[in-house]
Amino acid sequence: MLLVGCIALLLGWTGIGLAGLLRPRSVVLAGRFLFPLGALLGFALAGLAAASLLGGGIERLIVPLGLPGLPAHLRLDPLSSVFLVLLGASSGGISLFAGGYFRAGEGAPPGLLCLQYHLFLASMGLVLIADDAYSFLVAWEVMALSSYFLVVTQHRMPEIRSAGFLYLLMAHVGAICLLLSFGVMQGGSWLFTFAAMRAAHLSPGWAAAAFLLALIGFGAKAGLVPLHVWLPEAHPAAPSPVSALMSGVMLKTAVYGMLRVGLDLLGPPVWWWGLAPLILGLLTIFYGVLFAAVQTDMKRLLAYSSVENIGIVFTGIGLTIVFAGSGMKAVAALALLATLYHCLNHAFMKSLLFLGTGSVLHATGERNLGRLGGLIHRMPWVAWLMLIGTLAIAGIPPLNGFVSEWLLLQSFLFADHLPHEFVNLLIPMGMALVALGAALAGYVMVKFYGVIFLGQPREASLAQAHDCGWLERVGLTWLALGCLALGLFPLQVIDALGAVTRQLIGAVVPQASPHWWLLAPVPGRPVSYGPLVFLTATLAVVLLTVFGVRLTYHQRVRRGPAWDCGFGAVTPRMQDTAEGFGQPIRHLFQSFFEIERELPAPADRAPRYRIAIRERIWRLAYEPISGAVERLANTAARLQQGRISIYLLYSFATLLVLLAVALLS
Amino acid sequence: MSALDWITQVLEMVVALAAAPALLGWVNQCRAWLQNRRAPSLWLPYRSLHKLFHKEAVIAENASPLFRIAPYVVFGAMVLAAGIIPSMGTRLPLVVSADAIALVGLLAAARMFMTLAAMDVGTAFGTLGARREMMVGFLAEPALLMVIFVASLVSSSTALPAITEHLASGHLGLSPGLAFSAVAFILVLLAENARIPVDNPATHLELTMIHEAMVLEYSARHLALMEWGAQLKLFNYVCIGFALFLPWGVATGHIGPVGLLVAIPALAVKLAAAGAGLALIETVSAKMRVMRIPEFLGTAFLFAVLGLLVHVLLGA
Repeated sequence: MLLVGCIALLLGWTGIGLAGLLRPRSVVLAGRFLFPLGALLGFALAGLAAASLLGGGIERLIVPLGLPGLPAHLRLDPLSSVFLVLLGASSGGISLFAGGYFRAGEGAPPGLLCLQYHLFLASMGLVLIADDAYSFLVAWEVMALSSYFLVVTQHRMPEIRSAGFLYLLMAHVGAICLLLSFGVMQGGSWLFTFAAMRAAHLSPGWAAAAFLLALIGFGAKAGLVPLHVWLPEAHPAAPSPVSALMSGVMLKTAVYGMLRVGLDLLGPPVWWWGLAPLILGLLTIFYGVLFAAVQTDMKRLLAYSSVENIGIVFTGIGLTIVFAGSGMKAVAALALLATLYHCLNHAFMKSLLFLGTGSVLHATGERNLGRLGGLIHRMPWVAWLMLIGTLAIAGIPPLNGFVSEWLLLQSFLFADHLPHEFVNLLIPMGMALVALGAALAGYVMVKFYGVIFLGQPREASLAQAHDCGWLERVGLTWLALGCLALGLFPLQVIDALGAVTRQLIGAVVPQASPHWWLLAPVPGRPVSYGPLVFLTATLAVVLLTVFGVRLTYHQRVRRGPAWDCGFGAVTPRMQDTAEGFGQPIRHLFQSFFEIERELPAPADRAPRYRIAIRERIWRLAYEPISGAVERLANTAARLQQGRISIYLLYSFATLLVLLAVALLS
Repeated sequence: MSALDWITQVLEMVVALAAAPALLGWVNQCRAWLQNRRAPSLWLPYRSLHKLFHKEAVIAENASPLFRIAPYVVFGAMVLAAGIIPSMGTRLPLVVSADAIALVGLLAAARMFMTLAAMDVGTAFGTLGARREMMVGFLAEPALLMVIFVASLVSSSTALPAITEHLASGHLGLSPGLAFSAVAFILVLLAENARIPVDNPATHLELTMIHEAMVLEYSARHLALMEWGAQLKLFNYVCIGFALFLPWGVATGHIGPVGLLVAIPALAVKLAAAGAGLALIETVSAKMRVMRIPEFLGTAFLFAVLGLLVHVLLGA
């Protein structure tokens, strides 16, 4: 029984977490022993889930846990399995890294971090196998709380506490919507198992309401614009392995939930439901990447990039629903495939990048891009592994980011002849936005990589930067290899994902080519992509060039000072800062940003240039809402005078009213 | 896949390698004639490359290995791109593995390596060039993709040879969607190849340069590869234009030696005409201010999206 194995592994994670409490201050126990052990369990979980995925079967189990009469229903089906593979495989790399990363003297003691971290992992696993609303929501809540404690690890800093509060608040706004959504979906049977929800026949209006509530609930967790505001605050606040886990894995549990509700629990979807995730997803892509381009904090930049990637995923979900609702099963399966593929890709590449920023942070103590630079000389391991992640997330073939983008663009391209005129016009706009987002992501990643790792060190202290330790290297290498494998063997991944498309859509993406290395998802049309051949051809041409030049010409090389047009004194200050590199975007899309500038006057003795960029959404939506809540609370607070006589008066008045009601009726 | 297909494949890359400097030389010659100057020789680019290869390379003290790898990657990407674009024949074995989207990805890869290498030494000009190049790229790349998508929708494939075969065999003249995207494509071609009005290939003036700023730190064989790569890029873009809008003369189907005999002169004639046209555009237009470039490329992007919308609306 694979499901039992999965449960045992989740319990194992919990046990590892508790073991951390044995000697909470010991870095050796947590770092060298427990975290690597957790990584092994992660790989085992990925293996079990992969076996279940390839088998394609469904396993159910009822465990008498929780309240009497309310046992926990658990289920392992292809959709859960994919996300369990994602959880296990990427968390394995992250845990290995975390083993080398956490040290004493960083806020919470390592043993406590170990408990929170492994509870976080186990709760994410439980979310994925829960088969009734109770266990789902309990696991969801444990996930939110354990990650909250991880975010506020360094709770002595006020800005980290406020980031944590914002995260907790948004998590609960989302959770309330989910609660309501499940409440609608039980459809009057008052049975909260997922099986009952599948069987319930909702009226179209109620089904749409449940879908919308789920979209808000899961959207808040995933970081869909306009509910993304917690992401750029919480990700930089958390320690890097936690940021990696939140961005790489936790956001995907929300995607899982959305797919579970939208394509499974609510039955066959109605096409126009898909418009909401589609339009919001496209908006999120554009919004996220624009803000990523103007960030100066490396982890905030990555957080906004996660927002962009969640946009891509929700665009895929929207397309899937529009197609599935219009009866175009083959294209729906293609769009779903692109969605799942992008989830897997993002888990690997974003974890890799977040962990790399962790190494940089440890080596230099800096998160601000403006104080970094030239680290490729000091930290070659981190720099070269991060280059893979950077190219992957920028969608450069033959790495993995390109595959999911390719699949998504193909599903857009073959979406012609939809039965709805309006959507037909939306499709080209969507394609344009996806393409623009991909190109802007390239801009963002050149800025990210170039400013951190290339050029001259912007501060003298960077000369002391050191490369990461061996456990961290192993973790980073695992994730980088994942990026390569997902990029080079798409066909094998797609074969495995076929069970999910069959389960949710009732169709698989066909393979129109007889070759195992050639991806050809649209039969009857000459559309194909072969990453292995692509890589071989590129390498062959590049190596031929290298040898050609070597054989034909001498290889004399001399090192000299930089030329720079003969300009002479070149100082590190003359390089672009992060603000400078983002300037064209800031200038072009001014109206999107709320910019606060502090410019020096010509006569300033100590000139200072400062620029702060905020999201307009704070002023337009969040501040009015929080103001209204505060006013309401203040009004209600007038009832509380804090004097016992007033409270006795309330009781007396209530008694009188009740008596009057009793007498009159 | 026959041996002849592989021969065509290799021939396309070799012809691109050989003809790319001549195309640039031809454009420069035409420009000189149009501007009443004495024209440089058509072979000048070859001589420059030869000279550069023989020089001793000087590399900045703090350059990383990335700086030395980048010219090979950029050059290799451009050679491979030449093999994906059907400039003479449409039976190209490599195209099965790399369609038009992968081609755009390949060009993006070259761009990323070039900009990263430009940032590597950490000079003011290098980062300036990298920033401006990415500013050009983030609008030009989606515009190119949209242009290709119009043609893909017309011929229901994203493989360039399939598109070319469909368009070449078609009775259709230019469909309205394709007409819009042709305008967009010309704007993208000018921007991507650092031509006037976006960039001036003949100046090292700080206020204007983009491409030259990026390769400023390179010398000798590395510079030669970067320059040859840039010439190949121009050749490739012109050939993409032929594949999408002027597919005539390309040997479709199983080409024999006869087909190639027709295809090579046809390509030469088309290249000569395109080079003259490019020189004309560059002569009659003035260089723009840098911050006007996004407007220029925004126009290109909008034209391309408009082309797509027109295509969908008319259902053509």
